[in-house]
Amino acid sequence: MELLVASGVGVLTAVGVYLCLRGRTFPVVLGLSFLSYAVNLFLFATGRLVVGRPPIIDPAAPGYTDPLPQALVLTAIVISFGMTALVVVLALRGFLEAGSDHVDGREPGAEGRR
Amino acid sequence: MNLALLALLPFLGAVLPPLLIRSGRNTCALATGTVTALALSLLLVHAPAIFRGEVVRASFSWLPQAGLEASFFLDGFGFFFAFLILAIGLLIIAYARFYLSREDPMGRFYSFLLLFQGAMVGIVVSDNVLLLVIFWELTSLSSFLLIGYWRHLPEGRQGARMALVVTGMGGLALLAGLLLMAEVAGSYELTTILERGEAIRGSPLYLPILLLVLLGAFTKSTQFPFHFWLPHAMAAPTPVSAYLHSATMVKAGLFLMGRLWPVLAGTEAWFLIVSGTGLLTVLIAAWIAIFKDDLKALLAFSTVSHLGLVTMLLGLGTGTAALAAVFHILNHATFKAALFMTAGIVDHETHTRDARRLGGLVHLMPVTGTLAILAALSMAGIPPLNGFLSKELMLEEALHTTWWETGRLFPILAVAAAACSVAYSFRYIVHVFLGPPREDYPHHPHDPPAGMWLPVAILVAAVVVIGILAEPVAGPLVRVAAGALTAGAAPETPLKLWHGVTPALVASAIALLGGLVLLAAFAPLVRLREAFWRPEAKRMFDAAIEAIARAARSASAAIHDERLQRMVAWALVAILAVGLVTGWGAIAPGERPGLAPAPLGLLLWAAAIAAALAVAAFHHERLVALIVTSVVGLIVSLTFVWFSAPDLALTQLSVEIVTTVLLLLALNYLPPGSPRESAPVRRGRDVAIAALAGLGVTVLLYAILTSDFALPTISAYHLAESKPGGGGTNVVNVILVDFRGYDTLGEIIVLGIAALAIFAVLDSTFRGAAVERLRTWSHAPEAADRHPMMLVVATRVMLPLALMVGVYIFLRGHNQPGGGFIAGLVVGVALIVQYMASGWAWARARTRVDYHALIGFGVLVATATGVGSWLFDRPFLTSSYGYLHLPLVGEVELATAMLFDLGVFSTVVGVVMLVLANMARVAARAEPQQGVPTAMDSVPTPSPRAAEPAAADTRAVQEV
Repeated sequence: MELLVASGVGVLTAVGVYLCLRGRTFPVVLGLSFLSYAVNLFLFATGRLVVGRPPIIDPAAPGYTDPLPQALVLTAIVISFGMTALVVVLALRGFLEAGSDHVDGREPGAEGRR
Repeated sequence: MNLALLALLPFLGAVLPPLLIRSGRNTCALATGTVTALALSLLLVHAPAIFRGEVVRASFSWLPQAGLEASFFLDGFGFFFAFLILAIGLLIIAYARFYLSREDPMGRFYSFLLLFQGAMVGIVVSDNVLLLVIFWELTSLSSFLLIGYWRHLPEGRQGARMALVVTGMGGLALLAGLLLMAEVAGSYELTTILERGEAIRGSPLYLPILLLVLLGAFTKSTQFPFHFWLPHAMAAPTPVSAYLHSATMVKAGLFLMGRLWPVLAGTEAWFLIVSGTGLLTVLIAAWIAIFKDDLKALLAFSTVSHLGLVTMLLGLGTGTAALAAVFHILNHATFKAALFMTAGIVDHETHTRDARRLGGLVHLMPVTGTLAILAALSMAGIPPLNGFLSKELMLEEALHTTWWETGRLFPILAVAAAACSVAYSFRYIVHVFLGPPREDYPHHPHDPPAGMWLPVAILVAAVVVIGILAEPVAGPLVRVAAGALTAGAAPETPLKLWHGVTPALVASAIALLGGLVLLAAFAPLVRLREAFWRPEAKRMFDAAIEAIARAARSASAAIHDERLQRMVAWALVAILAVGLVTGWGAIAPGERPGLAPAPLGLLLWAAAIAAALAVAAFHHERLVALIVTSVVGLIVSLTFVWFSAPDLALTQLSVEIVTTVLLLLALNYLPPGSPRESAPVRRGRDVAIAALAGLGVTVLLYAILTSDFALPTISAYHLAESKPGGGGTNVVNVILVDFRGYDTLGEIIVLGIAALAIFAVLDSTFRGAAVERLRTWSHAPEAADRHPMMLVVATRVMLPLALMVGVYIFLRGHNQPGGGFIAGLVVGVALIVQYMASGWAWARARTRVDYHALIGFGVLVATATGVGSWLFDRPFLTSSYGYLHLPLVGEVELATAMLFDLGVFSTVVGVVMLVLANMARVAARAEPQQGVPTAMDSVPTPSPRAAEPAAADTRAVQEV
């Protein structure tokens, strides 16, 4: 399973990076979402992979997984929502103001307003 | 203690003048003088110990772990300098009281002056070299403020900037040099470094250290080729020129060279560089000084020349030369400060400083004239004044110096420099004060009030007394200073006016004659000099600065070309390169036994990979890409479920829904597709970067997953203490609201700020160009029914249920998966569905909660919970708890942590709703306002508060 998780996170990272290098804002926003998935999974996985041992205290439990990365990642997920929201709103506003959704704020090849 | 106070007193006193200026100029000057006098008396308390040859110390622990202390020490050399700084400072303060006009802001002037004084005293009493550098930079800064004191004068501003650039640059070099030196010596304490001279001179780093330190000293003490800034600093008020730019600050470089003399001096490199630079500076500056018509420029160049003289003496590296250097520092400070003040008086009285328009002043202002002539004679080195004594010592040394394997060159150059010195000194006397009085002064001069000439008189008295009674007056002070400077290598010979007819006396006489000849030939010399091209320092400096700025601009333009894709690509390549270099060979899989791959896991993995690659390949179709992305998000939350993280799974799931809704709303107003515009080369490059990044992450993560923890984790503590300490069995939630509650508080604040920023960005969309685009936005074919009845009914029935679920998740969160974050997201989703199904206007009219207030409430509740623990004398955010049995829900824990979680909950609901509702509001703006409300609707009876903005919005839409 370790290899599956590691390679899966790798693919998510690669797709995120690729999308972030696109020229239009919307793919970049999607790319940031992908990077958030990858980073959150990565941080989570640093607690190592454990099956069936949630960190809920129970006298009958055979053991627990590492709760610390989970707590970190929980807030990270919520914060990445805030970040995605801000970026998409900026992208929207930029498009409405400039009339182009290119990341440079102007259509490629078009001169003039920056 | 006393010693630190000595350096701090002027800083503390610096607040007084601006406060006291309202009580009048005399009070202000008096207060400033009192501060300085107090510091001077603090210094003099130590005099008996210093003259016994003791070293006074004071030290305060600063970062003891790093071996750093704020330490001060005072020995003979430091005492000598501190005395000069404070004593001359006192005279300058008195002089400035009469020099500054009524319009000048005197409080500011004295404040800056005291700042400078504190910094300067700080330099000479610092033991820690870092402290020394800080004070050093403070003198640069306060000098900048003082040179630019007359803010309306462009020369003042430019001169200040130039001085700051040159001395600031030197300060950085000095810092580097001292850090290297401390590294070699193994200590940051000067007193320790001074004992390790042997080790430093023997170190391979000696030459870099020497060059860096000298760069600092030469820029500060205006040695060639950095001599050009001082004349431009003369735009400062004359008291500043007299104090900073002749008596004290420019001598900081000399102080530094003297301070480090036992460590750095005595080598071939020191001798060649320091004495060579000194001699070159003496000659060049003295020659230029002869031809300066502006009195302050003449004095500035003569100052540069005399600083060069002292540098040269220090460079010789012998004890006698060091004694001569110390003596000359004292003498120069007295006569040059006096001369600057007389130049100021002349300027003040005649309204000009141009030597060509002056002459005969001694008849009109006899007191000033006499004082100026005496001081200038001392500068020329005429017996029995003090300038003569130290010049004799200098010539004596020069005659014994072999340079470039000849004993002739050095003395000849030294005598030539002395002749120039005689020439400009006599020019100051003859062209300004002697000769017949003129009729055409811009302003008719007479002697100023006593307050202005008394400080000069005191200095000139010192000039005469030191000259005649050198040994009893100055001998002990000079010897104790030179003894401390050289660590005991200075001779104990008494200072004498008359040594008999020595070679030095003969050289002196030659110099005097030569100088008079030069002055006699002044007019032809000026014509001769005019005929040749001369470098103009200011223009060269400006050109250099301009060239540097241009280079910086073009360098940043080359990297930062306003093409985001290229810049991001560069940044990624850089990150990859760093990762590759640091990770290569260091990252390898470990021995930790892994989990066996499960078929379902393989299936999920394949689905995630396929979905992700599909998004990358078909991202041009934005709607499809978005939906497939949310599939990936779902698989991520399933991964959390699989690996024992139910809280994360719930969070990821609800965030996924909210994010998708948000992106859908946004997509409504963005183009539905991306054009295929990337060239294949760029796509190939991006694929390569992305693949490398993915590969790197895979290798790194695999290495982590297959290794055991390198260090014991702190998780065991959290698991053990969760129930007894935090009162909850859901360890993740307990960590969030209790163990790491402070982090969570910060995070909800960040979230709230992000939401407010989003609101600000969206709210102003309804103005300007964006409105026009929104209005003319061509919609995709509309659905026949914008608010389908099935959806509307379903969502409204679901709402109470969804809210119940939210409350349930919130209440159980401390013990079971759930909590404020997740509950907030669930409630947010439940509410936003109403907006989607029934439309913005409908939902808004029924909302009685202000989301801004909700965010604020949440943060306040969370903070108040933390502050509440102070009431019980516990640290911020300490929690306590008890239990309460509720019917149906079961045992509920009532912990303060729950109150904190309530804050988290409110903030998250507020954030989600503020963002989505405003997004929906944009949508409402663009909607054609037709008979939207469906048959389902009763007429809403909103509270007046909620109705008002809705009505306002409708109006705005109609206006559009």
